[in-house]
Amino acid sequence: MRRAFRRRPGKFTYLVLTAIAFFSFFPLYWSVVVASQDNSALGKMPPPVLLGGNLWFNLKRAFTMVPFEKALINSFLVAGSITLSVVLFSTLAGFAFAKLRFRGRNILLLSIIATMMVPTTLGIIPLYMLMAKIQWTGTIYAVIVPAMVNGFGVFFMTQYLSEAVPTELLEAGRVDGCSTIRLFWHVVLPAARPAAAVLGMLTFLTAWNDFFWPLVVLTPEDPTVQVVLSTLSAGRITDYSLALTGALIAILPLLVVFVVLGKQIIGGIMQGAVKG
Amino acid sequence: MTQLATEERVVPRRGLLHRLDVKGSPYLYIAPFFLLFLGFGVFPLIFTAWVSLHDWSLLSEEHTWIGFGNYTKLFDDPAFWNALWNTVSIWVLSTVPQLLLALVLAHILNQRLRGQTFWRMSALIPNITSVAAVAIIFSQLFGRDYGLINWVIGLFGVDKVDWTANTWSSHVAVSTMIIWRWTGYNALIYLAAMQAVPKELYDSASLDGATSFQQLRKITVPAIRPTIIFTVIISTIGGMQVLAEPLLFGGNGLTGGSDRQFQTLALYLYEVAFGRFDFGYASASSWVMFLIIVIVAAINFGITSRLRRS
Repeated sequence: MRRAFRRRPGKFTYLVLTAIAFFSFFPLYWSVVVASQDNSALGKMPPPVLLGGNLWFNLKRAFTMVPFEKALINSFLVAGSITLSVVLFSTLAGFAFAKLRFRGRNILLLSIIATMMVPTTLGIIPLYMLMAKIQWTGTIYAVIVPAMVNGFGVFFMTQYLSEAVPTELLEAGRVDGCSTIRLFWHVVLPAARPAAAVLGMLTFLTAWNDFFWPLVVLTPEDPTVQVVLSTLSAGRITDYSLALTGALIAILPLLVVFVVLGKQIIGGIMQGAVKG
Repeated sequence: MTQLATEERVVPRRGLLHRLDVKGSPYLYIAPFFLLFLGFGVFPLIFTAWVSLHDWSLLSEEHTWIGFGNYTKLFDDPAFWNALWNTVSIWVLSTVPQLLLALVLAHILNQRLRGQTFWRMSALIPNITSVAAVAIIFSQLFGRDYGLINWVIGLFGVDKVDWTANTWSSHVAVSTMIIWRWTGYNALIYLAAMQAVPKELYDSASLDGATSFQQLRKITVPAIRPTIIFTVIISTIGGMQVLAEPLLFGGNGLTGGSDRQFQTLALYLYEVAFGRFDFGYASASSWVMFLIIVIVAAINFGITSRLRRS
């Protein structure tokens, strides 16, 4: 038993970990603190470090001063439809690349992987002009449609499906006269479920948190949550209790998702997820 | 896959429909990706190159061809060089500590810990927080008069810092936001790679009396070098595009501070395009920005592959 020689981590390790966890959580805690104070309390030294009683008031303020309800609905619509679409199209393409033979397969897969290297910032200007041309600026279609597929999703699904779906099963299906689409529906889709869940969560996180493109293409009257945040922090003097209330509202849905499904998300990232 | 092909030979002539299905349907499945990507990915990219060769304002209908005029203008533009310099400075200030911290954190997480999931989740919490929210929260923390950070350093006798006012202090503040958001993410990537390193190596090292830090340096780092290279390249691509942090840190100002002291390349691009509506010039800067990313990534790659050989 060589394993026995490995030392179990001592108290010091847990101390360090606790400090790291403290730094991870602190800014979130802090935004709750600030969101629960009024601005006069924030103008004092030392700053308040405990919760005040103004959270409800600030929440109401946030919802009346900017179209937060609309923004939340938009964000859910955007992130939800992007997630569904990315998962569906990635699984379809992943199935083709992992299990089917066709001319040009390798070069096409390679070109998809290459798309992952192109910085999104580069496409912002022409994409904006395109959206203006087809009169989608100011609508959430402009945010949804370009994000409906991405190279990472296809790559991720190809990797997963080439191992998760036994080729023998597909062959057997073929012998029984199954069409490819039925094979996809009855064999591939059930096998893809774990990876689809992970890809879906990662996509939802990315879509919900996306900032630059929605900021460019949407209006402050019909925004996503992230765009609302930029409105709240604008101006020479920022109303911080309001701005951090907004930040809190923006984080909260993801926090809930993360607490419930964090283990799977971590698993997905450790499988080699790439920054979105 | 080869087996699928032989199967076709065993059962020949299943009819035209079947053959069409086998030969044609794969293209159908990958079509959505390529159609959408051509429309909203490739076309805009090529179109930017075209626009960059024009005097192209959003406000006028006339677009005059000026060749490389926008590009030569860019090289004489002090604001562009300033933005480039700020981007590189912020990238170095954020990436180096971020990846070093991530290595150490991953090394700590790579032990047989109690409550493993909890520690991993707390490392990843910053990353799921939206960049806009992070920028706003940290702007408040870095406030000059009533910010928590100035209060804390005040306890140690350090004078208040006007974080947005100076080049170095604003770069430190912006980098802090990036470090906070990405360290845990990179740690998890490293952790995944570390778990493939044979445990026996560590066992015999401990027997020989190697400290934990020595094990990290002598065993782990060489073993996960490809992953480290990967994270450096990814952080470079991300670092060249930093926008939300400086934008929101300056209260939504497009110039990144009164003297452009923390305006990054992406923020400058945003200012030119959507502050001045000079799309031709903005397109030229975005192509130059892309070239810079490619060059920096190539340099990275060159250095790291030399390291690998030595």
